[in-house]
Amino acid sequence: MSQQVGTVTWINGPVVRAHGSRRVSMLELVEVGEEHLVGEVIGLESDVSTIQVYEETSGMHPGAPVFGTGMSLSVELGPGLLRGIFDGVQRPLPAMERHSGSFIGRGMHMSPLPRTDKWDFTPVLKAGDKVSGGAIVGTVAETPALEHRVMIPPDDRGTLTWVAPAGQYTIVEPIARLRTATGEQDVAMLQRWPVRRPRPYRARAGQNMPLITGQRVLDTFFPLAKGGSAAIPGGFGAGKTVMQHSIAKWSDAQVVVYIGCGERGNEMTEVLQEFPHLVDPRSGRPLMERTVLIANTSNMPVAAREASIYTGITMAEYYRDMGYHVALMADSTSRWAEALREISGRLEEMPAEEGYPAYLAARLAEFYERAGFVETLNGQPGSVSVIGAVSPPGGDFSEPVTQHTKRFIRCFWALDKALASARHFPSVNWLDSYSEYLEDVADWWRKQVGQDWYAMRSVAMELLTEESRLAQIVKLVGPDALPDEQRLILETARILREGFLQQSAMDDIDAYSTIQKQIRMLGLILHFHTRAQHIIKRGALITVIHELSVVNDLIRMKALIANDQLDKMDEIRRRIDEQMDQLESEYR
Amino acid sequence: MSEALVLGGQEVIGVSRVEGPIIVVEGAGSVGYDEMVEVLDSQGRLRMGRVLEVGENMSVVEVFSGTTGLSIDGTRVRFLGGPMHLPVAEEMLGSVFDGMGRPLDGGPQPLTEHYADINGQPINPTARVYPRDYIQTGISAIDGMNTLVMGQKLPIFSGAGIPHDQLAAQIVRQATLGAPAGEQPSETAQFAIVFAAMGVKHDVADFFRNSFAESGALTRVAMFLNLADDPPVERLVTPRAALTLAEYLAFQREMHVLVVFTDMTNYCEALRQISNIRGEVPSRKGYPGYLYSDLASLYERTGRIRTSNGSITQIPILTMPNDDITHPVPDLTGYITEGQIVLGRQMTQQGIYPPITVLPSLSRLMKDGIGKGHTRADHSHLAAQLYASYAHVQDVRSLASVIGEEELSTVDQQYLQFGRVFEQQYIHQGPTENRSIEVTLDIGWRLISMLPQDELTRVSPDEIKQYYEAAHAAH
Ligand SMILES: Nc1ncnc2c1ncn2[C@@H]1O[C@H](COP(=O)(O)OP(=O)(O)OP(=O)(O)O)[C@@H](O)[C@H]1O
Ligand SMILES: [Mg+2]
Repeated sequence: MSQQVGTVTWINGPVVRAHGSRRVSMLELVEVGEEHLVGEVIGLESDVSTIQVYEETSGMHPGAPVFGTGMSLSVELGPGLLRGIFDGVQRPLPAMERHSGSFIGRGMHMSPLPRTDKWDFTPVLKAGDKVSGGAIVGTVAETPALEHRVMIPPDDRGTLTWVAPAGQYTIVEPIARLRTATGEQDVAMLQRWPVRRPRPYRARAGQNMPLITGQRVLDTFFPLAKGGSAAIPGGFGAGKTVMQHSIAKWSDAQVVVYIGCGERGNEMTEVLQEFPHLVDPRSGRPLMERTVLIANTSNMPVAAREASIYTGITMAEYYRDMGYHVALMADSTSRWAEALREISGRLEEMPAEEGYPAYLAARLAEFYERAGFVETLNGQPGSVSVIGAVSPPGGDFSEPVTQHTKRFIRCFWALDKALASARHFPSVNWLDSYSEYLEDVADWWRKQVGQDWYAMRSVAMELLTEESRLAQIVKLVGPDALPDEQRLILETARILREGFLQQSAMDDIDAYSTIQKQIRMLGLILHFHTRAQHIIKRGALITVIHELSVVNDLIRMKALIANDQLDKMDEIRRRIDEQMDQLESEYR
Repeated sequence: MSEALVLGGQEVIGVSRVEGPIIVVEGAGSVGYDEMVEVLDSQGRLRMGRVLEVGENMSVVEVFSGTTGLSIDGTRVRFLGGPMHLPVAEEMLGSVFDGMGRPLDGGPQPLTEHYADINGQPINPTARVYPRDYIQTGISAIDGMNTLVMGQKLPIFSGAGIPHDQLAAQIVRQATLGAPAGEQPSETAQFAIVFAAMGVKHDVADFFRNSFAESGALTRVAMFLNLADDPPVERLVTPRAALTLAEYLAFQREMHVLVVFTDMTNYCEALRQISNIRGEVPSRKGYPGYLYSDLASLYERTGRIRTSNGSITQIPILTMPNDDITHPVPDLTGYITEGQIVLGRQMTQQGIYPPITVLPSLSRLMKDGIGKGHTRADHSHLAAQLYASYAHVQDVRSLASVIGEEELSTVDQQYLQFGRVFEQQYIHQGPTENRSIEVTLDIGWRLISMLPQDELTRVSPDEIKQYYEAAHAAH
């Protein structure tokens, strides 16, 4: 299939130049050298083509052949993606291990999706049906947790002349035949899509359904909408990865695409070893059954790191097109931006800020724009929510990647080094973070929990804001200088911080809170505050309030009351009232 | 893998440019990217180099021992046909090598058939085993609050004049495979030690050598020394050579290997120097944009894999220029490693040893290496409580500096007291004091019990019953 189209003339790390540019096209996939290392054409100028190579180029010589493939960098789509783990250019890591052992070798060409596995296909359409791109021909139980919907490729349309009867098929066997304007063609489960081209949909739709993450500070204070985009910036050790993992575990997405982009090998191993044993609270099935992993760790080739983001988002769009809600996590987009920078540097392009190429912002925009809540080609609702970690040098958010990212996302979960070192986790700073989806999702909350989430959240947020103002005063003069009403604000804010905002990802009960648990916890804390306010007005001392045993109940309830035992919260409410009644009777 | 060494390459006489440690060679035939070269000056003295960039008729070569004495016409360059390989053998333990991995003091080359590419290859994430077995170092601030796990990379962030070498030596001396509190750690799991010095003074290398000798460990140690007066560019090879041996020992010979590097800051400076001379676009403070990837290519060569019972645990030491943790070297290191042990100048000045500042310190792999079956069931809650309470001590201290200690509430005064005792009794310990995990946990409970029970919201009511009440009564 591939034929020689040129010869290498210059090599500098992952960037290679070759003669013979006339016979390749921009963004064409090529193979370089005798080992057929995979690369992509990223520049063409007179007779010279510039290629980024997705594998280590050590030992490559000028004069080595370059082979064209006529395709652009694409991913394979079809059943078998879920539960899989791939590198940045979708090579299957388990198969690579079987082939070359514990260490990743070079020049391996293997199919991302297994060709011989058989899948149970159930037809939905029949011969004679007129179809266009996105139409669902049939279904396959890809995993017990997810029905895979086999679609007509987006660009095709015509009449089905044959649909396979229910039965077992490999992904390359035809399961339908389509007559188009130009002739007849087979449709198989396996399809390809060029990663740098967004998959089409019919229309964008409004984003008014939150992506529930089970993380209280996110869902209650800074919600992300399904189809929205969020950034998690934070210095090293601030908790980005733990948060991404938590969302991958507990969010109410139907499919999760997790991209480890230039991060640690052990973190991917952790997911691989943990997810098969964790149960999705909604489907009751192991989490791995809804997950696709892309691992291009920090020590793997840098050009493939650049590609990993596109590989991942194309898969996410594919499941979206089936009518699913997909959440995509990219940890970390900064490492992807650095890959761009490294390649740009080797090309000796003019740098803009901090060595990054001038097109950094445009690339970020293109990526985040692929998030969205859409009406699919088939008329179904589907969404891709994108959550990107950002790793600013020195934890300083004024750097280019954080700043440009901010322009393209609507949810900013700012992690705070000071909170992290005080072990306040998740270290989301409630004053610096924001969500522009608040109003959009307020209705949904009201319908789900029957309470005015938005109003309650606002009250809590005011308390926290007021606390930070008062804390400035306390720093100068000590807490005793404040009147007791204000010291009560400090007390309630402390309960909010320790009892609500702090959430341990490692605690079995605390790791994930349903929205019912969240709203009831918040309700209890606010109820405590209202009652205490009343009593303080009557002259009770803040120290008395502070010593009430119910304060500790409020701080501990997150880890003591499981999601399915929320009735126990009534008991706490009773104790609040009892202790407050008692005080009230003393300060009549 | 070994054929690269025996392949005779081609030879060129004369170079077209010499600048800093870089030479540009024209006229060689087919040169490979990343290929090793031998460079001979007009007197026939040999130095090693490596191809950094190659074009049709031109190659850019970095010369590890520098270019002093090289001339345009009199220099011979011999291309060796492949990347640098290191002979590796178990017998290398007990020996000392130079920064390029050659035996020092006239020692013989190890007799072996194993040659390995010093750049290694990335470990496939599917082949890894997630590290879960803790290493008992006998140091409370580490074992209790920043537990080291076998297969972890946990650097020490330090500064000039802070006793990081003592601490690293103590860790190496005392490290044993941990056992649950109350049980004897197994004596069988002895670590092999691979030590690499990059640009440090002779006395630092001597200090480590003496320390290994005193504890009778010298036969288990391989030392790779690139000292302050050795060629800076060689530093780029030193950690790679060391890791190549470590990988062989861990993954072929199934040994548990502790790797200690000092000082990563010198390594990064050598990298910066090469980059600047090549005129590359710098990112922060003149360091190249690929510093992260380059460091990752070292730090990620740590861990455990399914096909071997061995492990590599890395403890790189770096000095933070100006004590600045946001400097690119500590910053990028922290972004790659699985936590960091941060040493503080103020703690040092207060006479606290080891001067570990616990709040910015972190062990990310601790969570799965402690608790029931590893250390003790209450460990993670206790550690969280110590962190939370000690973090509050910092707030109280800054408040006390404004309003005075006497004006503090009773509880806050208790916090101040707790903070002092915590630093003196928990963090502080002797340079030869080796505390069992049980002792460390018990000291923790004893100190935390100075605080009123209501303040302890990170430990469970059951744990309070079991550990707090007795300890509290004793106060
Ligand atoms: N929700 C949480 N609950 C408990 N501990 C947490 C939580 N979030 C973070 N941590 C702690 O913080 C540590 C660092 O978190 P994490 O690895 O996510 O940082 P990061 O921001 O991804 O850092 P890097 O940029 O270096 O990858 C974790 O190992 C864990 O100890
Ligand atoms: Mg991370």
